[in-house]
Amino acid sequence: MDNTTFGLTMLLVGMGGTLLTLWILAILIGWLTRLCDTSKEGGKP
Amino acid sequence: MIDAIYNALDALGAGARAAFSPTGLPNLVMIGISLTMFWLAIKKEVEPLLLLPIGFGCLLANLPLSDVMNIPGTNLPNHEGFLRVMYDMGIGNELFPLLIFVGIGSMTDFTPLLARPKMILFGAAGQLGIFLTLLVALLILPYIPGINPAQIKETAISIAVIGACDGPTVIYVSNLFAGLGKIDHSMVGALAVAAYSYMALVPIIQPPIMRLMTTAKERATPIPPAKNKVSKTALIFFPILVVVLTGIIAPKGLPLMGSIMLGNFLKMSGVVPRLTQCSENEIANISTLFLGLAIGGTMAGQEFLKSQTLMVFALGLMAIVVDTVGGLLLGKIWYKLSGGKMNPLIGAAGISAYPMAARIVQVEGLKANHQNHLLMNAMGANTGGQIGSVMAASIMLAILKGMGLI
Repeated sequence: MDNTTFGLTMLLVGMGGTLLTLWILAILIGWLTRLCDTSKEGGKP
Repeated sequence: MIDAIYNALDALGAGARAAFSPTGLPNLVMIGISLTMFWLAIKKEVEPLLLLPIGFGCLLANLPLSDVMNIPGTNLPNHEGFLRVMYDMGIGNELFPLLIFVGIGSMTDFTPLLARPKMILFGAAGQLGIFLTLLVALLILPYIPGINPAQIKETAISIAVIGACDGPTVIYVSNLFAGLGKIDHSMVGALAVAAYSYMALVPIIQPPIMRLMTTAKERATPIPPAKNKVSKTALIFFPILVVVLTGIIAPKGLPLMGSIMLGNFLKMSGVVPRLTQCSENEIANISTLFLGLAIGGTMAGQEFLKSQTLMVFALGLMAIVVDTVGGLLLGKIWYKLSGGKMNPLIGAAGISAYPMAARIVQVEGLKANHQNHLLMNAMGANTGGQIGSVMAASIMLAILKGMGLI
């Protein structure tokens, strides 16, 4: 694989993969915080 | 007798002769660099925890006839210098960066991120510098003298990871390649110094870019505080969630993410204060000292003073600048899409320099609007940047594994 193709692949898959993974993580964190409600135990603001 | 005295005096003068011989010139330059590091650390307080040990290791390695970093089989067979022992003990096997990550994890509070999970997207945008710099490095490096054409991809990746704005990640990734013989060991020192120098320079690098890319109106935008509270249970489960997700998507990055989340898990569990304190203090401090000394030991003049070191610093700066631009661009898009309810400055906090980047956002926000306290939201983006940088490196390693490069 030549350098340019390698670099573009890393840019697309790497940056895209990072964005997608962190977006999934944001959704999962949203679920987690709703699941672990502060009303039951009191939480940090 | 006279001969013996002459030989003894001659031996005492060998160091001075070596220092002032033509081959000793690079070492003298490096001693000057180590003195500059001391000045930066002591007088300017630039990353003193790292620059002092790195500078001292560099000084020791460059003194004439020094054998502190001696490699077995070179000038003194069957003898290893003490910096070499440290290098093999914790850098050659990537242990020290991971131990430092345990400490960082135990010092980090992810509450602002959990209060506003979408802030983690800034942590993704703040990694643009890694991937764009990689592309630029791949295009430039073939024209730089002294770089082995067979090592261009690995060299480019090692330099680009400076964009993670995260010293341990840079050392971990570059040393992985050095261990596989795909980059020179001497490059690890240059990469580490560049990474930590630019991390320290974030307060100088970021503000002009922030002011250039945003309008006064955008910078003055207030963000209401997060309404939802974060439970202790959520904070305990968060590190487990991140580790499991990393294990599924990018298992090659598990050592990095696993160690930072281990530290955080210990802290959030609340039941092992001794281990938390130990991670924050003893483990992080000892690892930092040994890592700094051993990295400094790799900075021998003949190996360090090469054209590729200049490229490391030039491209490393580009990576940090593009990271900031990436975060600010997402901030501006968010500002438009939300009808002016997001302050684009928050995007600049999406890098891993924690909590420095968040504090810069707070300062710049206050300059534009004296009632505008962005710190908590910026902390969310900043901790997102910590996770983002490790995730980006993990994904990069996963892709390289898929390509058969590691």
